Amino acid sequence: MSHFLRRQGWVTGLFALLIVLFIATKLIQPGYGSGDFGSLARAVLPYAFAVAAQTVVVIAGGIDLSVAAMMALTSVTAASMMAGASEEYALFVVPFVLAMGFVLGALNGLLIVVTRVPDIVVTLAMLFVLQGAALLVLGAPGGGAAEWLKAMISGTVPIPGLPDTIDAWLPKALLVLVVCLCIVWIPLRRSRLGLSIYAIGSSELAAFRSGVPVARTRIIAYALSGLFAAMGGLALTMSTGIGAPIPGPYLLASVAAVVLGGVALGGGKGGLLGPIVAVFVLRLVRTDLTLLAIDPNVTAIIEGLIMVAVVMFGAFITMRGRQ
Amino acid sequence: MTTSPLLDASGVAKNYGAVAALRNASLSVLPGEVHALMGANGAGKSTLVKILTGAIQANAGRILIRGEARDIRSPAAARRAGLLPVYQEPSLIPDLDVLSNLRLTGTPVEPFRAWVRELGIPDLDLRDTARDIPLAVLRVLDLARALAVEPDVLLLDEMTAALPANLAEKVLEVVRRQGDAGRAVIFISHRFVEIAALCDRATVLRDGETVGVVDIVPGIEEKIVELMLGTRIVKTQVARSASEKAAVTPARPRITVHSLRVGTKLSDISFDLWDGEVAGVVALEGQGQDELFAALAGSIKPSGGTIEVDGSPVKFAHPIDAIRAGIAYVPGDRSEALAMQRSVRENIALPFSAALRNWGPIAMRKERATVASAIQRLQIDTRAQGEVQRLSGGNQQKVTIARWIAADARTILCFDPTRGIDVGTKQEIYKLLRELAGHGKSVLFYTSELEEVQRVCDRVIVIFGGRLVDIFPVEEADEPALMRAAYGLPRGAKADVGILADPQSPSSGTIP
Amino acid sequence: MSSTAITPAPVPLGRRLKRFMADRPLIPLVILLVILVVILQILRPGIVNERWIANTIKFAIPLAILAGCQTMTMLTGGIDLSVGTVATMSAFIMATQVVNQDPAVAFLLAMMPAVLIGLVNGIGVGVFRVHPLIMTLGTSLIGTGCLQVYQRTVIASGAKIPDFLAWLGTGVTYGFPNALLLFVPLAALIIFTLARTGFGRLLYAVGDNERATRLSGVQYWQVITALYITSSVLAGITGLLYIGLIKAPSLSLAEPLVLPSVAAAVIGGTSIFGGRGGYTGTIIGALILTVLTTLLTILQMPEGARRILFGLIVLFVTAAYLRIVEER
Repeated sequence: MSHFLRRQGWVTGLFALLIVLFIATKLIQPGYGSGDFGSLARAVLPYAFAVAAQTVVVIAGGIDLSVAAMMALTSVTAASMMAGASEEYALFVVPFVLAMGFVLGALNGLLIVVTRVPDIVVTLAMLFVLQGAALLVLGAPGGGAAEWLKAMISGTVPIPGLPDTIDAWLPKALLVLVVCLCIVWIPLRRSRLGLSIYAIGSSELAAFRSGVPVARTRIIAYALSGLFAAMGGLALTMSTGIGAPIPGPYLLASVAAVVLGGVALGGGKGGLLGPIVAVFVLRLVRTDLTLLAIDPNVTAIIEGLIMVAVVMFGAFITMRGRQ
Repeated sequence: MTTSPLLDASGVAKNYGAVAALRNASLSVLPGEVHALMGANGAGKSTLVKILTGAIQANAGRILIRGEARDIRSPAAARRAGLLPVYQEPSLIPDLDVLSNLRLTGTPVEPFRAWVRELGIPDLDLRDTARDIPLAVLRVLDLARALAVEPDVLLLDEMTAALPANLAEKVLEVVRRQGDAGRAVIFISHRFVEIAALCDRATVLRDGETVGVVDIVPGIEEKIVELMLGTRIVKTQVARSASEKAAVTPARPRITVHSLRVGTKLSDISFDLWDGEVAGVVALEGQGQDELFAALAGSIKPSGGTIEVDGSPVKFAHPIDAIRAGIAYVPGDRSEALAMQRSVRENIALPFSAALRNWGPIAMRKERATVASAIQRLQIDTRAQGEVQRLSGGNQQKVTIARWIAADARTILCFDPTRGIDVGTKQEIYKLLRELAGHGKSVLFYTSELEEVQRVCDRVIVIFGGRLVDIFPVEEADEPALMRAAYGLPRGAKADVGILADPQSPSSGTIP
Repeated sequence: MSSTAITPAPVPLGRRLKRFMADRPLIPLVILLVILVVILQILRPGIVNERWIANTIKFAIPLAILAGCQTMTMLTGGIDLSVGTVATMSAFIMATQVVNQDPAVAFLLAMMPAVLIGLVNGIGVGVFRVHPLIMTLGTSLIGTGCLQVYQRTVIASGAKIPDFLAWLGTGVTYGFPNALLLFVPLAALIIFTLARTGFGRLLYAVGDNERATRLSGVQYWQVITALYITSSVLAGITGLLYIGLIKAPSLSLAEPLVLPSVAAAVIGGTSIFGGRGGYTGTIIGALILTVLTTLLTILQMPEGARRILFGLIVLFVTAAYLRIVEER
């Protein structure tokens, strides 16, 4: 138990913060109910995937600036493929887009390993490239999405035997998020590959000396990042029904949530749960600001300030750790 | 005994660019023996270890394991071949718990537990994160992890450094038994006591070559010291005339260091540095000299003790504070001191622009004159002055010193300035340091080459295990004496002093 | 005693070429520029005339100034992605404030957010050691948010472009764009600062080897803070010039210039790792990109392809640069 607390202390704190925020929300808006929670879950979805994508590479000691652009590209690809196509066709589109994300992510990693150009430059260049590619796929927001895909994240999960009042608090979007993340993350965490990802982020030299194939592990970490980003892109298409070629504000949000979630920017530390909870915290802050009838633009500023403050704090901690 | 060697490396060579780290090293280890690998700083020990463990690849040479030629391309390949190293820096992943670290390397857990108990750590929790475990314990865990897979050849690099006495004893005990079990251990150590107690034979490296393999018998220390030093044991004369000595003895020391402490690396160092002298510092690698220089240069903050400059205590928060006090630091690694892509002139003039008030336009003519006179004084070959990285190592080193000559620093801390540069430039640097002292400046001079001490220094400060061993007047500082002192052996002792050296003194301060 | 001199050995042509490229990066750049212009002339005979040249220069100047911000920050191993937002902000504030205020007052108001954002960037990067890319991206998001809020407060009063800025941005005198009146002294100042002042020297040195500058007594945060403020102020000035050229204040006025400004500096031979480069190359880089854009437009290459091309250029040039440096 003490182990659990020591390790998960940060995440536990975040959970507590989240609960406090929920209570605050309820106080601000007594009518805040299951429906609002459902829309929160839907709003969180793309952010959560972006954060998952960022988390994997940050744990491996890198950073991925192309997350948002990758989401945009996968989103427009999915939307343009599904536009006017049959419902069944989407069954093919989903795995195709996921595979695309995986391959493009692996390309990121491969370029870093082969060219030896720093990750930050490679992924910045990829940001340009993916953005451009997204514009080539769809010049303007458009395309479509299969109905069953859209239905997957709207509404709640009916569980037989549970009263509706509890049921209502289980939005499908949350389920999709949990399932998608767990399918990738849990086996990874238990495998030697997962350990290797932590190892290269924690100490590349020690990992090398322990016999970890450093280059291969790095490429896989970026590939997984691409896979999560593709999930995020699909989530965007699923929730809006279209694809937009201009990347959303997911890059900075993902970095901020990663830092807030207790994953050190130096690598090797933290897990996926923290950043995901952090996303909920950040989104809920936004909800609260909106409920307080604050100008949405001011909300954007406050959000930006929080993110920059969090990133500065994270850098400060990393710097202190190094000394 | 005609047993064939477990490990047989011969003709191993490794070049880094034009620099040869290893020329012709060989090492042959028999089953059941504990074999010491010895050599002075820079003799090539660590390079050989890296090659044997697959961290780097040799340019030439042959490695046989159990009589079979093996190509060790990676640490994983070395493991498969039955070669397992335990480095000075523990190679456990800091952010993973012990159990995950075992899984990462495919180490069986139960044998590991058994070894950990055997090594004297009864209460280890496998869920502890490596970062939270004290360094000494971590090193023992690293050893246990290696032992658990029963390697044919175990490579131990300074295994007992930083271990408290009780753990060190257990470790030595276990290592000795490893030999009895028919496996082999390669034992790298600076401590004669341990080697005498533990090892069967020793291979001695010098300048990248194996210069001898000796059986460990009582009194062999002298022979090993001789081998490590080579033929240079002849006493070099003290190259200094009376006129060079400062005419007047100053009233108070330029710098007084009192009970200086830096973390666990340096404890209780006290000495004075006077104007007009070159004080030498002699130490084996990693005995705390890096921290001593960094603290004096303002790069790190000491954790205890005082530094006084001209009689008044100082606290340096940034190198600029030290520079304002007239103390300049010339690091040993030239790539630490130079902006490699910039010109000789810019590098020499760099300190001039440091202060905020000097950010404006540069008085080019004045600067050129100052820089030119420094270049002239050090005779820097300026044919490739457009970029410092195109200069030879010796000329680069001169640039790092010229910077502080141009800035007219009163005290210069020179950290191994002659490492890896040619003989001619070395001579020039010796001459320059003497000249500086002659002009009333003070120089603190760490060198890894003992023969330099008598050429350059007035006094020698010897450090071992983070503590001051002795301060020699230069007349007594011949190489054998220095070598013995650097290994922590007391001055004036007889040849077979091995057992007299107190094994606890260097490590008693590091009990976790 | 020159016994240590490097003995001259026959150097293979490839390495000589590389060394030449590293020493004189401007010559291949100028050649590339000329080739592009020639291709353009071949594709559209007669397009290259006095008016076209003046026009190209007019559009290259704002890009070149922003690329100057990137050059200086990249010399220290950084980058400034907030220049687009800063330029937009100062342009927008100028255009809206000048309606009711004295132009001088409007100018001061317009430059205020630039200084502020530069200061925050500098503190974040220099003191807290946030990666410049993340830091400047963050401040640019905040800046955009502030601008949106600001827009709603001035929505009633409308906007106008001061005549002076329009004259400066679009005017041509004797075949020379008036913007050169601003640009030539500015470029000279930047070049002089980089080559002949202590500050410029520190930028190179910090980017080349921060540890060495620390040992020489340089305080990193001072250099970095001053640098990012300078960069932001330059971006603010660019905004004013650009509004005179575009004449339509919008909330994303200068955003499209950010990416090309990075690309221009990289093409101009400034290393994204710091320590190497200069502003002259960047100016040619900006010209190359402007001509390239015209070329791509003529070829009817879509915007997306252009971005891909820019991304690949940044990656390729950086990787190539790494090889040149390593093989020495």
